[in-house]
Amino acid sequence: MTDGQAELQAQFAQWRHYVQRRRELTSADADELEDHLRGCVDELVGVGLRADEAFLVAVKRMGSLDELSREFAREHSERLWKQLVLTGDIDSPAGARSRRDLLAMIVCAAGAAASIKAPELFGLSLEQDGAFYAPNLALFVLPWLAAFLAWRRQAGKAVIGVLAALFALGAVAANVYPLGDESQSVVLTGIHLPIALWFVVGLAYIADDLRAPRRRMDFIRFTGEWFVYYVLIGLGGGVLIAFLFGTFEAIGISPEGFIAQWVAPCGAAAAVVVAGWLVEAKQSVVENIAPVLTRLFTPLFTLALLAFLVAFAVTSGGIDVEREALILFDLLLVVVLALLLYSISARDPLAPAGVFDKLQLALVVSALAIDVLVLMEITGRITEFGTTPNKAAALGENIILLANLAWSAWLMLRLVRGRTPFAALERWQTTYLPVYALWAWIVVLVFPPLFAYL
Amino acid sequence: MKVTKDLVAASATPMVLGILAEADSYGYAILRRISELSGGELDWTEGLLYPLLHRLERLGHVESDWRSVAGERRRKYYRITDSGLAELAEQRRQWDTVVDTLKEIWLGRGDSRPLIAIPLGGHA
Repeated sequence: MTDGQAELQAQFAQWRHYVQRRRELTSADADELEDHLRGCVDELVGVGLRADEAFLVAVKRMGSLDELSREFAREHSERLWKQLVLTGDIDSPAGARSRRDLLAMIVCAAGAAASIKAPELFGLSLEQDGAFYAPNLALFVLPWLAAFLAWRRQAGKAVIGVLAALFALGAVAANVYPLGDESQSVVLTGIHLPIALWFVVGLAYIADDLRAPRRRMDFIRFTGEWFVYYVLIGLGGGVLIAFLFGTFEAIGISPEGFIAQWVAPCGAAAAVVVAGWLVEAKQSVVENIAPVLTRLFTPLFTLALLAFLVAFAVTSGGIDVEREALILFDLLLVVVLALLLYSISARDPLAPAGVFDKLQLALVVSALAIDVLVLMEITGRITEFGTTPNKAAALGENIILLANLAWSAWLMLRLVRGRTPFAALERWQTTYLPVYALWAWIVVLVFPPLFAYL
Repeated sequence: MKVTKDLVAASATPMVLGILAEADSYGYAILRRISELSGGELDWTEGLLYPLLHRLERLGHVESDWRSVAGERRRKYYRITDSGLAELAEQRRQWDTVVDTLKEIWLGRGDSRPLIAIPLGGHA
């Protein structure tokens, strides 16, 4: 008899497990339904059924869980929308942890906002000293995000030392070289230093496990989500500023200076840390949005690129390769790579190749074809007119992206044919990450002296 | 005989409130009582009862708490509130109207004409 009881308990435990996987049913509901099930089993045992038989009958009477959860969902539709509980329960250790996170985030966000205003103490202003602010912008903000992440990961002393050294190196690159306000190198540094420093943030992100490829993939996910959140916060900030402007204007006070000097720059700086904190806080609660966007846009981009190739073949004219065109095609490759990366980041590693993988292969191959056409045009130009920092940087990026995508296309082809596991593609992308960082640092550190501070 | 879904849904609220007006109770007991009273004709599912109880709780007609009655498992008991009693009275008034009207139509007042249009169970 005790054997039968133990078996019954195990069956109840298993049933509970199924119930708790339903988002529509909370654990209080599970308790209530379990009590119901037990009542039913007791009654059936009372009329002479064996415990295991009674359990089967009782479960059968309750009907399928699908139907049950559907009925519950009608009453509790809010449960289907995951809510982000930012501060958690007061008593639980997880709640205490998230409140400490919140505090650290506020400190770091305030630090970022203060840093962006600090140079004004030395007589510099955002409006007049663009040449100082442009290359330094990332240096005011990203160290705070890195600090927040390093604190959260409880980074070791060595890692913190390396982080500090890299940010110091960034500061040297931005300020020591004698670059004129109008030089190409100032613009190049302004673009590449944030990228280089973003990878330093990445180092802080993976501080708890530096070697693991999985953590690098997590950083890619973090980057995508951070970007989406930053844009969303930016949109909200825009609405806030519009109201601030309109309402104060209505009572005869012009808030323009205050908004331009304080609200916009401090808000933008603090939002960098806030977005990072949001991604950390919500990662297990809210679905990732970047992969969803990827799914949406991969077919559309594939179609657009194929249309371009067809149109190019039909008109058979050359590509008008101006400097802007090269940057445009660089950006195109970045977008294609991002589409690839974010679908990789969300893909089940064990799933067999499907239609979407083929679609992606088509996307990457058409992007490669277009890029080869562009490259053929541009190398001709460079050999003819000599090189400038801009051209060299754009060309270098193009080659780096091209190399990545070409090898990715090869791996995807093998994946679609079932010769290579998906993990190979994932490993290739995570191994390649340092190459981007290295190139960004080269452009920042080596290019200005190489091109005589042009 | 099977009672249609719409009718079950419409009558569920006054039945649950009526049972709770007699005494505090829990889900399984309510279901048993309904089955008993209807002679097994009304067979409610758990998917009907528990969401209904939760809805009545949200509307403030009932309150719930977990109780351990001596010698039994800990159970979630439901108790009717004043607003629930008022709702029950209102529902009762409406149902009385409906039932009275149906009786008037089907049985007729002082009218002995047999009602051929209504097939009664068991009669040919």
